[in-house]
Amino acid sequence: MSDQQGMFGASGTGDTSGYGGLVRTAINPGSTERPYGSYFDEVADDLERAYPEFNAAIEKVLVDRGELTLFVKREKLFDVAKILRDKLRFEMCLGVNGVHYPADKGRELHAVYPLLSLTNNRRIRLEVAVPIDDPHLPSLVEVWAGNNWHERETFDMFGIIFDGHPALTRILMPDDWNGFPQRKDYPLSGIPVEYKGATTPPPSDRRSYR
Amino acid sequence: MSFTDPYASSRETTEGTVYSVTGGDWDSIAEEIGAKKEERIVVNMGPQHPSTHGVLRLILELEGETVTEVRCGIGYLHTGIEKNMEFRNWTQGTTFVTRMDYLSPLFNETAYCLAVEKLLGIEAPERAQVIRVMMMEFNRISSHMVALGTGALELGAMSPMFFAFREREKVLSVFEMISGLRMNMAYVRPGGVQQDLPEGTIPKLRELIKDLRKNFKDNATLLIGNSIWVKRTDGIGYLDLAGCTTLGVTGPVLRATGLPWDLRKVQPYSGYENYEFDVVTADSCDVYGRFLVRMNELEQSLRIIEQCLNKLDKLNGAPVMVEDKKIAWPAQLAVGADGLGNSLEHIREIMGSSMESLIHHFKLVTEGFRVPAGQSYAAVESPRGELGCHAVSDGGTRPYRVHFREPSFNNLQATSAMCEGSMVADIVGAVASIDPVMGGVDR
Repeated sequence: MSDQQGMFGASGTGDTSGYGGLVRTAINPGSTERPYGSYFDEVADDLERAYPEFNAAIEKVLVDRGELTLFVKREKLFDVAKILRDKLRFEMCLGVNGVHYPADKGRELHAVYPLLSLTNNRRIRLEVAVPIDDPHLPSLVEVWAGNNWHERETFDMFGIIFDGHPALTRILMPDDWNGFPQRKDYPLSGIPVEYKGATTPPPSDRRSYR
Repeated sequence: MSFTDPYASSRETTEGTVYSVTGGDWDSIAEEIGAKKEERIVVNMGPQHPSTHGVLRLILELEGETVTEVRCGIGYLHTGIEKNMEFRNWTQGTTFVTRMDYLSPLFNETAYCLAVEKLLGIEAPERAQVIRVMMMEFNRISSHMVALGTGALELGAMSPMFFAFREREKVLSVFEMISGLRMNMAYVRPGGVQQDLPEGTIPKLRELIKDLRKNFKDNATLLIGNSIWVKRTDGIGYLDLAGCTTLGVTGPVLRATGLPWDLRKVQPYSGYENYEFDVVTADSCDVYGRFLVRMNELEQSLRIIEQCLNKLDKLNGAPVMVEDKKIAWPAQLAVGADGLGNSLEHIREIMGSSMESLIHHFKLVTEGFRVPAGQSYAAVESPRGELGCHAVSDGGTRPYRVHFREPSFNNLQATSAMCEGSMVADIVGAVASIDPVMGGVDR
């Protein structure tokens, strides 16, 4: 994300809150070269052996704070997931979580999948990035049926469209809601709410957080 | 007004639009069904149904008494906790997460704090970890008590509820004594816990353990092997290991399939590797098995708490918050006669003697501490299964994104697999055995 200043939407007025001086700076996670340490080398080796297209599918590997993250290209996500489940015995996927990085141009929306292997007692993480103008990802419900609701939630909150999902509808927000609340350009408050034709005006947005 | 609502027609009057909300279209629905000569009917159960554990809506398709399809409607309790956390500092996050799954607040807090501590690269001091474990195990008891009590009540058994809530009340009093609050205590903080145990806690807890151990037998003798209870739960809500793994189901539901998967044992956190306890399993994959798992986990929790108390005796006076003053919360809280608040000693220092302390307090409380950029995932074994916290930081004083992998949310998906093909009355038992807490499901 790009550098961003302040915490409240108001500008041009005197900053009485002290929050105007806050600066958020861009994230650059970088990547890791071998050896990765722990069981991560073994996981990478096994995946390379089981999946000949490894180099084409995995953009980069990151080991940070004792966790392994594989950045996967979205075209290959389904294949990689299937191999991980069938050959590397990652029997469980603990859902999918979206993260919005507005400054990561062309890769604004990230989907993060934590995987768990009951057999080997291991955890890894898959991360996929998609552009916000074309937010399509293959659905992994066929691989791990439990991802059904998690993908619906990520669609609901971030607008990532999971192609092949059996019923991709909103799950937490009302069905007719506009916008995707967890995106960074979506405000915390100040959304007028309509109920049966009548509209409740938003609270004053002079001090709305951003 | 471009749409028409079949349940709330509207007309314009001089006073404005007037809505007539009715449910009087049952005649037409009944007529329609009668014309089809089928026994298939769609029934809406909830969202305000006493047996659905809060605002859960179940949409059932029935053929006579048999359920052919179940769908869950959720989101009635969505409060945007994850979004809100992005606008508060890292420490304030605990006051949000504690309100997600309101029956297991300490697990939410611990999962969150472990994720934040992983990002910070710090570890809570030993005494804080022991206190966390002790509080979590007490919380597991109080949560299982609700699961058992309400689960039994929903199937028509009244007395277990009384016994269960009697025990739960005692545990909540412990929380009140230690943290000042019975629920939503925000007691676990990044770097340790909010404050040390008050004077004289440990002897009181030792007495309580004796009480609880004796009282747990009341429910055990009432329910275990009780023929009516067994008839309502045995073979009901079947979900085997393959079903659990593909649906990502963890916790007592998974352990009732015979797999001893408990994060406290297999991927220990907060020093669980230093405690002796057994992972409880059952092999029946049904509601009765899950009931037995919860029932027997109570004793294991007591065992862990006893070991905690022994450790706490040895660690008397040790710190409960990290040494680093850039992270440790400056407010030294204390329980006074009127409840929890800032300790008078601390107030005296910042207001009376040290301006630097006041500045430090102000900066840390309003702005918060910075967390190095990156992401982490920390998981704990909550009473309902794997509770995971995925935290992303951009190096600022506020979370960039926090997401909770809620076991209730995930496990509720299994309702269809458990209930389709069963009788209507068994849905209640199956849902109760998942033990969903809607605050956690919807967040």
